[in-house]
Amino acid sequence: MAAVSTSHKACSVNPLKMSQPIGGALAFMGLNNCMPLLHGSQGCTAFGLVLFVRHFREAIPLQTTAMNEVTTILGGIDNIEQAILNISKRANPDIIGICSTGLTETKGDDVDGYLKLIRKKHPELDSLPIVYVSTPDYKDAFQDGWSNAVTGMVRALVEPASNKIRNQVNILAGSHLTPGDILELREIVEDFGLDPIILPDLSGSLDGHVPENFSPTTLGGTTLAEIRAMGASEVTLVIGEHMLAAAVEIQIRADVPYAVFDRLLGLEANDQFIAFLSKTSGKPVPGKYRRLRSQLLDAMLDGHFFFGGKKIAIGAEPDLLWGISAMLAEMGCEIAAAVTTTASPLLERVPAREVLIGDLEDLEMRSGECDLLITHSHGRQMAERLGIPFLRMGLPIFDRLGSAHRLSVGYRGMRDLIFEIGNLFMANDHEVGPESWVKERESAGAQAATH
Amino acid sequence: MAGLNAKVQEVFDEPGCEKNQGKSDKERKKGCTKQLQPGAAAGGCAFDGAKIALQPITDVAHLVHGPIACEGNSWDNRGSKSSGSRLYRTGFTTDINETDVVFGGEKRLFKAIREIIDKYDPPAVFVYQTCVTALIGDDIEALCKAAKEKFGRPIVPINAPGFVGSKNLGNKLAGEALLEYVIGTEEPEYTTSYDINIIGEYNLSGELWQVKPLLDELGIRILACISGDAKYSEVAASHRARAAMMVCSKAMINIARKMEERYAIPFFEGSFYGISDMSDSLRQIAKLLVQRGADEELVDRTEKLISREEAAAWERMASYKARLAGKKVLLITGGVKSWSVVAALQEAGMEIVGTSVKKSTDEDKERIKEIMGEDAHMFDDMTPREMYAMLKEAQADIMLSGGRSQFIALKAKMPWLDINQERHHAYAGYDGMVALVHEIDKALYNPIWEQVRKPAPWEQSWQQ
Repeated sequence: MAAVSTSHKACSVNPLKMSQPIGGALAFMGLNNCMPLLHGSQGCTAFGLVLFVRHFREAIPLQTTAMNEVTTILGGIDNIEQAILNISKRANPDIIGICSTGLTETKGDDVDGYLKLIRKKHPELDSLPIVYVSTPDYKDAFQDGWSNAVTGMVRALVEPASNKIRNQVNILAGSHLTPGDILELREIVEDFGLDPIILPDLSGSLDGHVPENFSPTTLGGTTLAEIRAMGASEVTLVIGEHMLAAAVEIQIRADVPYAVFDRLLGLEANDQFIAFLSKTSGKPVPGKYRRLRSQLLDAMLDGHFFFGGKKIAIGAEPDLLWGISAMLAEMGCEIAAAVTTTASPLLERVPAREVLIGDLEDLEMRSGECDLLITHSHGRQMAERLGIPFLRMGLPIFDRLGSAHRLSVGYRGMRDLIFEIGNLFMANDHEVGPESWVKERESAGAQAATH
Repeated sequence: MAGLNAKVQEVFDEPGCEKNQGKSDKERKKGCTKQLQPGAAAGGCAFDGAKIALQPITDVAHLVHGPIACEGNSWDNRGSKSSGSRLYRTGFTTDINETDVVFGGEKRLFKAIREIIDKYDPPAVFVYQTCVTALIGDDIEALCKAAKEKFGRPIVPINAPGFVGSKNLGNKLAGEALLEYVIGTEEPEYTTSYDINIIGEYNLSGELWQVKPLLDELGIRILACISGDAKYSEVAASHRARAAMMVCSKAMINIARKMEERYAIPFFEGSFYGISDMSDSLRQIAKLLVQRGADEELVDRTEKLISREEAAAWERMASYKARLAGKKVLLITGGVKSWSVVAALQEAGMEIVGTSVKKSTDEDKERIKEIMGEDAHMFDDMTPREMYAMLKEAQADIMLSGGRSQFIALKAKMPWLDINQERHHAYAGYDGMVALVHEIDKALYNPIWEQVRKPAPWEQSWQQ
């Protein structure tokens, strides 16, 4: 539906996009007892670390190979070797996930080759899985880094299984899902008597809990044994289009079929998901979900008065943009401005005239007449300038509490999101006065004149 | 990059720094910070340091030439406040792509500068070099020179790509850029005998504004703050100040020293943190200004103001003293903050059970010893696990640190206070110290601590 174009400016102003390596690193944070490692200068890691600390309000395990000018030019094999040895000594992780950066990709470090040499030299590392993914900063965006990392994990760790385990299902979780969303997904799937292996599982590691002990690595998340067992699952549920490549990889390696759910926002999208679970499990839909669906219908009925005709501006990564824009369009809103970070087959399906791969300046220029802005926290300055209500979605959200628990999947998530957005509309409804109708006639007249 | 290497070596040779001059030539070439350990390093890069030092200049467009990571992952994340322009909070980056990496990013950079000038019309554009664009050989110095001629306004290259070193080195390289391209290029509208520069103050959470009213009252004008709440033209004309105060330890010592050499502006190193430090700083400013020709009565007026302000601050602090006396503080921070905050906390009756000195110079460490006594617990490199253990075992009642380590305290169910650049409260001057003590009091006495430390009822009965 939408015409997809790319901003042709030389200067990106107020970036919407974040880089691939930290997207990859966050995916690794969804593994249990993992240490993500960026192969780059220490700043690459420091910026990512600060970003995630501010978003999740949690300690973040993320290390660096600390490349400098000289080691960059000579090649980073020694730095990677030292980093792996240091991490395994200090943190004793179950797995290390390495993401390259713009710096080391520009130089052309052959990390796969380095790792072979390092493994030969250090047989003591034999039992420590190390997954490497190429994620140059100057290509693609955060969501792509996440997607590449998950594909890399699957490629390195999923094993083919001769026997399938009944009722075991894989869930490949996209970067647009919060830990709260993943918790909800797990609950829904388990309510059908299915046993999900969720990869990556940020709800185990970054759901904001108080552990009994200190750990330098991730605490919670998908275990190695679980990833290895994914080949024995009956089916893979792909939550988010950008998880498709990983699902295909599992199918190739272990012959597990997959089903894609490119969004879990919207009544019909959720109906299809629930119906699929019912069919896969052979169980009727539990009463709880019939009731939640009914509550969602009621929320849609009560809420539609406030949504109809509203103009929305959205800046988000492709999968989040697709989900929220489709759901809002289905509630009667008009997606008046849509800006995203990277290419995706979803973009042309977004219910808007145009989807631009661009920045927040582009979005601001298209949002003047809008009733609501939806983007990550960096939209705060533009929302203030435009004087329109602002819903924070995506990452980073650093100026609000509870970003890990923002829920928008499932009947319950959508129901609450309708309430939240509807309340924003209600709170910003303009009080009518004696002049209101005069002004409206004038602007209607002006519009007619221009047509 | 030959020019950059020479510049790095130049800042590694700092006559104004005693520690630096105590080193052998070979040692000095390695710079101020320890070699980084891959897999065990934390902290920002030189680019980060340069950006921290210069971004507080509010009306300048700060353009980052590099891939999206350098600006996209970090923009608008610093707490430096402005009384005027908001342009410094706008994120500008060339966001270079694969084609640029292959063919060079200079054309894109030049176009980017043009777009910024057309759309935002800033008095100057600062162009920050990053690792990737340095590696592919983009010559930002030559390009900025050409752009300056083309667009008729200052286009300033900030050549501090991340991989040349630490944040601290980046601070200094930023200082070099100001010295080379900005300072001394404009003239102030007028000068007075009461004009000072404040160097190394970033107006985080608006701290400069806790100090400025006192200077205003004394008739002392901040000709330029480098760089908190500064306008480009103020920094450009800062060479006409009569005296300078250098705030943040050694981070910008090169600016202070070279301005003394070039423009005969005497400086002292001081702090706005802590009541006595604040008073000392005011005295020093007055003294230097009088030496440079201000009326001697300034000294008397300053003393009067100091005694008035100190008395007021002590009176306000007194109510907290009883509640805070004997409370044990673990202070994890770097550089200047260690010794200046230590003094402040002791003023409120608290006990410092340990402080980190990772980024502190030998001189800083000496001062900490002076203040805390010989048995001061100084940690060079305290691991998060050690901090956690210390808090969990209640060897400290509260931790003061930067945002990144806050969860070590919170997960140990211990009070924590942010004293780093992302903090939301201002702690400078007399008012600031009262505010700090107030915040510590609020944190320590919040009723949640008792609740969160108590085990759940089923765990209690299980234990019994």
